[in-house]
Amino acid sequence: MLARRIIPCLDVKDGRVVKGVRFRDHEDVGDITGLAARYAAEGADELVFYDIAASPQARTVEPRWVSEVARRIDIPFCVAGGIRSVDDARARLFAGADKISVNSPALENPALIDALAREFGSQCVVVGVDSRVIDGQWRVHRNTGDPDKTVTEARATLDWIAEAADRGAGEIVLNCMDQDGVREGYDLDQLAAARAVCPVPLIASGGAGAKEHFATVFKTAQVDGALAASVFHKGVIAIPELKVWLLSQGVEVRP
Amino acid sequence: MTLAIIDTSTANIASVRFALERLGADPVIAATPDEARDADRLILPGVGAAGPAMARLEASGWADALRSETRPLLGLCLGMQLLFEGSDESDVDCLGLIPGRITRLDPGADGPWPHMGWNRLETVRDEPLMAGVDEGAHVYFVHGYHAAAGPHASVITNYGGPVTAIVRRGHAAGCQFHPERSGAVGARILQNFLEART
Repeated sequence: MLARRIIPCLDVKDGRVVKGVRFRDHEDVGDITGLAARYAAEGADELVFYDIAASPQARTVEPRWVSEVARRIDIPFCVAGGIRSVDDARARLFAGADKISVNSPALENPALIDALAREFGSQCVVVGVDSRVIDGQWRVHRNTGDPDKTVTEARATLDWIAEAADRGAGEIVLNCMDQDGVREGYDLDQLAAARAVCPVPLIASGGAGAKEHFATVFKTAQVDGALAASVFHKGVIAIPELKVWLLSQGVEVRP
Repeated sequence: MTLAIIDTSTANIASVRFALERLGADPVIAATPDEARDADRLILPGVGAAGPAMARLEASGWADALRSETRPLLGLCLGMQLLFEGSDESDVDCLGLIPGRITRLDPGADGPWPHMGWNRLETVRDEPLMAGVDEGAHVYFVHGYHAAAGPHASVITNYGGPVTAIVRRGHAAGCQFHPERSGAVGARILQNFLEART
């Protein structure tokens, strides 16, 4: 049976790992390769690096640190942030990233998803979706790395997830913005609704605050992986203990 | 011990090279068979679709060379699939070193397609690459096409049915999963390949 994945997310800004609350007020939590190596050693199943400043400033992540991470760690990792073209993606994949994730640029140009899947295969194309309720409906947002530049899209979240998968995305990361950084649990309703329309692997993001939240999101929303940042960065939850506990709850994880 | 990574110009070459370097190896990246003439073993990496990868191997002379190769050869992920006779993905002829054909994976009720994540290894016959690896150990898979478990599968995993995880026939072996991204278990499997007698 496929194991459910535990995925620490490292928000990267200016070459450091940072963490905000509801996408604001970022504080420094450490250096990139040091944290990456620590999580890999502790049993993380995968890592995601988001260059959160990339899209608003219209620049792209630096392949140099991607290569340093690839050299150090022996688990898969995904790089996100400002990837606007097949060439941007190629630079990161050939530097050693296993997957690339597109978010705002895919909203501006959905055909980018098709182009990436055709060039590299769906297995390395992840679409990140930032979503929160607007007027009673889940709606997609872009440029969420900078609150002053965040835009609410016309697209409904569930429609966009289905379209992204149809265009060739091999995995969807659904970040539920109202839960981000507040550690009150994943958005189970939204994730379960997303699961129903998402034929490819689905990763939950936003809201992890206790080990129970992980068991609940795996069991009720049937997601393939759960992403979290602050609980791991601040040592609220240790990955080895989390996995032992999940196994005791009947959740299949890699010990 | 010298080792060559066959340059398939696909994206996991850096990860494979880094993993081998962590084990103390110093692989050469060989774009042509001539560049690997001093190597005593070969690794065939690959991600993406079978068609473009085979086209590159045919153009570089590697396809013909591999069909008559006798050195230990380890295919990884797509590289494993290329060892078979052909693939339904891009409907292409492959190297033909191992009988069988690559077909689209049907996960059934086991989960979404593609097969992406950590799954368990189950040994079905003696496999030297598994020395020191626990039965049921997890390794990292990412693939949408697969070799249904056949006579040359020595290790399988289960996803919608038995799926070839390690295949071996003579000097040619392959891993469907990514040992370069499978933590300590993957490192041990690569180490076993590096230490195999030639």
